[in-house]
Amino acid sequence: MNTIDLKQNDSSQVELKQIELTETVGNIYADDAKMSIRNADVFYGKKQAIHNVSLDLAKNQVTALIGPSGCGKSTFLRCLNRMNDTIDICRTTGQLTLDGEDIYAKDLDPVLLRARVGMVFQKPNPFPKSIYDNIAYGARIHGLTNNKVELDEIVETSLQKAGLFNEVKDRLKDPGTGLSGGQQQRLCIARTIAVSPEVILMDEPASALDPIATAIIEELIDELKEKYTIVIVTHSMQQAARVSQHTAYFHMGKLVEMGKTENIFTRPSHKLTENYITGRFG
Amino acid sequence: MINIIKDATRISKTPLTTTQSTKLSTTEKVALSLKKRHQKEKRFIRTGFFAVIFGFMLVVVLISDITSKALPAFHQHWVKLDVNYQSDWLSVDSDTTQTVFIEQLQTANYRKVLKNSLYDMFPSSDGKKLSRKDKRQLFKLFSTNAEFTLKNELIVTPTQINKSVTIWLRLDDDVDSYLKEDFPIGEAGLRISKQQAQWLAQLTSEQRIESRFNFSFFTASDSREPELAGIKGALMGTLLTLFVTLLLSFPLGVAGALYLEEFAPKNRWTDLIEININNLAAVPSIVFGLLGLAVIINIFGLPRSAPLVGGIVLTLMTMPTIIIASRAAIKAVSPSIREAALGLGASKMQVTFSHVLPQAMPGIITGAIIGIAQALGETAPLLMIGMVAFIVDVPTSIVDSATVLPVQIFLWADSPERAFLAKTSAAILVLLSLLLVINITATVLRSKFEKK
Repeated sequence: MNTIDLKQNDSSQVELKQIELTETVGNIYADDAKMSIRNADVFYGKKQAIHNVSLDLAKNQVTALIGPSGCGKSTFLRCLNRMNDTIDICRTTGQLTLDGEDIYAKDLDPVLLRARVGMVFQKPNPFPKSIYDNIAYGARIHGLTNNKVELDEIVETSLQKAGLFNEVKDRLKDPGTGLSGGQQQRLCIARTIAVSPEVILMDEPASALDPIATAIIEELIDELKEKYTIVIVTHSMQQAARVSQHTAYFHMGKLVEMGKTENIFTRPSHKLTENYITGRFG
Repeated sequence: MINIIKDATRISKTPLTTTQSTKLSTTEKVALSLKKRHQKEKRFIRTGFFAVIFGFMLVVVLISDITSKALPAFHQHWVKLDVNYQSDWLSVDSDTTQTVFIEQLQTANYRKVLKNSLYDMFPSSDGKKLSRKDKRQLFKLFSTNAEFTLKNELIVTPTQINKSVTIWLRLDDDVDSYLKEDFPIGEAGLRISKQQAQWLAQLTSEQRIESRFNFSFFTASDSREPELAGIKGALMGTLLTLFVTLLLSFPLGVAGALYLEEFAPKNRWTDLIEININNLAAVPSIVFGLLGLAVIINIFGLPRSAPLVGGIVLTLMTMPTIIIASRAAIKAVSPSIREAALGLGASKMQVTFSHVLPQAMPGIITGAIIGIAQALGETAPLLMIGMVAFIVDVPTSIVDSATVLPVQIFLWADSPERAFLAKTSAAILVLLSLLLVINITATVLRSKFEKK
């Protein structure tokens, strides 16, 4: 079985070279686009990680980025709030807009961008502070309020939106790192919500969690899309199918196919997408 | 299983031939090597245990030796004398007005009072007057400070004029050492003559000699006379110098480390700076002393022997240590915390100060303490900038002339008087105690930051 798989993998790579110059298959456009990316290239030094990716992110919907390891989906995600800026050798070109504004414009402060485009990471990473301070931190640094009552309210509503309030309301002063893995991840989501971003980027938010915690997070994502535009990177095809409305399939730094999730998973147009979704490789 | 091991060990005693070894199963091969592996482990544990015991023994021997040598410095012998403040000995006029009289007391001849009182107390055996030699020897029993004790006493209560009073006086250091220990008298030992020993025996039998706790060791500054020398000047000098060192090296070191780790672009220049900082930590300390002398004193004209200059010189020495330790601590802060804060829209400065710095603080404090402890024991660079001078006043500011504990120890160890032997050990004890206090403070601070 192994040998067959490998052969198919090889043949698919050959196929990829043939389609190298062709455009992305499917529909990259959205009627109501929150963010639009056109001809994005990302380089790590001389190595190109993202090749000419163009797509729209639909407002108040969940877009899933799927693809095999190392295909550039996390790199692409981190372009959307300029987290890649922290890596010295990383360079991004192309046109990336948020509500029609160029997010790579010279006069745009990445700090402002990141307040509008929040991020949740693969490994839950609460600050080694109290639960309260974890949530309040964003509001404090941006000077959203200097009023204790308002701050309390922000903390409470954020925790409620993240479905964590009832579990932690009696121990807001306890350290955030003392929570379980699933709770920590919801704390991180609450922390992101507290700054009231417009877009939330999630980089495999459930990959370090057990199935029950994953289910809770997925439900939460479904609720959150009412207010926020969500982009989620995931390794789990089932998860992408469950939570997203749009799916983009990346392969070796290229966007191979994009479309409505039900279309991608039932009638993939590209051979590579089909191979990946049916579990032949990746 | 056990049988296999037994077999294997039996086989292992006979030399293996290649045919035998190939026939052995994996379990047998593992069992064969087991004994050797366990022996290795045991040998390693024994070596480690021995190393710990050896180190501990060294510390115990060192501390107990120093303590036993230092103990005599903590008490001192005093003698009770009957002194007559006769106005003609003092050469003051007790009949003038009060103000003139008080003024006269400042310049009166107290030495004569002491001498004459002594001659009254110790008439020579045959009733005649004491010879010149005897007189000199008798006077030498007492500290040079004795006449000042008399002066202070009379100035405090001037009504004692023309009266006989009993006063406690310090004995000379040689006498003190003689009373404390069984040293031989004469050339080879203490400078005590037979006659002096006889007088002392008389004083002891009259219960006029008393051993008291030596408070002045902690309240006085350096002196040529061992019985008067104290540690306060050097201790204050050390505290002032370390204060300047800490004030300069900690903020500068941490700021440098934060800049290099968090903000500086990674290029050839920063690499060069890094190499230079690492080299700076290895430069012999006396070189920093020369630099201090040539630049800080000669070019910038700061005062010699001052804790300010000492602190600056020690900062040059301590800062690389703090930078290196701080950089390691900052590097160890998990990048996920940085990403989390950046993702929320924190600026680099906010990330650095609200997350990176608090997390790195325990490591930074450890580095700072290592640096400060190094500075505390440093002598060589301070010799170059004149902190080796004999300074009798206790420094009160960072520009006063001062010396520091290690230099004081060096000075006392170099002195010929036997009583300085105990003083040297006592000063070492003070230095070690100071080190202990600094370390305890650091541990408390550290655990405080770790809890957060």
